[in-house]
Amino acid sequence: MTLSLEKSIVLPMNATADPRSRPPDRCRRDWPFFAGLAILSGVYILLILAMIVADLAFTTPQHLLRALASPEIRYSIKLSLISCTLTTLLSLWIAVPTGYLMSRFRFPGKRLMDAVLDIPIVLPPLVIGLSLLILFQTPVGRLIQRVVPVTYAIPSVILAQFAVACAFAVRTMLVTFDQISPRCEQVALTLGCNRSQAFWRVALPEARRGVLTAATLAWARALGEFGPILIFSGATRMRTEVLPTTVFLELSIGNIEAAVAVSLIMIVAALAVLTIARVFGLRAPLERVL
Amino acid sequence: MIAVEHLKVRVGGFALEDIGFDVPTGQYAVLMGRTGAGKTTLLEALCGLKPVTGGTIRLNERDVTRLKPAERGIGYVPQDRALFQTMTVREHLAFALVLRKAGRQVIQQRVAELSRLLGIEHLLERRPHGLSGGEAQRVALGRALSVRPGILCLDEPLNALDDDTRQEMYKLLAEVQQSTGVTILHVTHNLDEAEQLADRILVLRDGKMVCQT
Repeated sequence: MTLSLEKSIVLPMNATADPRSRPPDRCRRDWPFFAGLAILSGVYILLILAMIVADLAFTTPQHLLRALASPEIRYSIKLSLISCTLTTLLSLWIAVPTGYLMSRFRFPGKRLMDAVLDIPIVLPPLVIGLSLLILFQTPVGRLIQRVVPVTYAIPSVILAQFAVACAFAVRTMLVTFDQISPRCEQVALTLGCNRSQAFWRVALPEARRGVLTAATLAWARALGEFGPILIFSGATRMRTEVLPTTVFLELSIGNIEAAVAVSLIMIVAALAVLTIARVFGLRAPLERVL
Repeated sequence: MIAVEHLKVRVGGFALEDIGFDVPTGQYAVLMGRTGAGKTTLLEALCGLKPVTGGTIRLNERDVTRLKPAERGIGYVPQDRALFQTMTVREHLAFALVLRKAGRQVIQQRVAELSRLLGIEHLLERRPHGLSGGEAQRVALGRALSVRPGILCLDEPLNALDDDTRQEMYKLLAEVQQSTGVTILHVTHNLDEAEQLADRILVLRDGKMVCQT
């Protein structure tokens, strides 16, 4: 290895007569590439940070305090936190088994199922809201509504968030289980586990970081969901108002200061969830080291 | 004892055809063959991890052809060891015993016994991350031996080990076989391993058993 490296440097140096045979300057060859990488990624990072800084510059502590003092906004913060958490739990409840099923087993209709799971991701959010609204106007939907009122009520908020967030959680869990070798579960089977025990005792603990990522993603998606909620739940203050609805309502009456203040609350909430996920995500390797 | 007759296994475009061999109780058999010859597939079929399309597998006078992996009484050490990343070495050794709801004292006793036999007493509280190749191999071996299986299947267990560790593992595997009396089927493509360890050599080529000595 060393010999061949020396050769590649020494031989052209000996051939000094022709400058074209000189080795290319390493820095001159590489810096445009790294500069390109830095500029392209830097532009996007700058855009994200600039948006947040602009929000911060626009608002004042008084705006934030006034927003937090408003009973409507306090209600929408509470409803957002509760509905996002419930949506996350429901999404994990569905996403973990679905991701495992899709990753580990072959069965008829698997490709179709895979395609169907992408529908909420690619469908325009307004269409999801409209589809949910129509679903609950069908005979089956009306039957459900006789027991639990859904449309334009709090359950519709959770269902609208769940319809989109769960698809992202499923994708995350599918990738997570795809990245975990099934060999550990096979060994567990030879050691006396049945399929269920191999899943609970071996596969799921190995997938814990993926579960956390799926939960974070589902929570963040649910927090930002607006289109389906607007159509399916309406925008009634103190009833089906979540944080994006508040931003919309405040903007529609020209109260930009309140809209920006609420946006900042959402940014802080999203960053808090991201931080929690990162801290928990980093604990595993730390444990290994210790 | 392992007794395989007319075994057929199909995996995608590859097939094991009419495989037959036997390994008497307590013997150390080495299954050889080039990469892609079907060694791992045969081992997985014995363990119940690949469905067979024909023939029979008898382990210690019991037809296990259609039994689930858990019911076959085989200890399995795969090529990549497949240690459970979230468990300590102690939990690995206790795993199968906990599943069988063994008492706490029985589990402690067995973990102590195995860790002594395999020389991993100092590793009991460690997790797999950071274990050396030889240490990880010993843990995988201990996990497979924990419930005293009649048969032990090892898939290229000495792969990627340095020469010194390999020599240690030769000695350890011979000791394990002597002290437990387990019947071992060891897959490798390394002739040196076969010469050092085997009572019996089986050779697989292109999905067919071509030689037994």
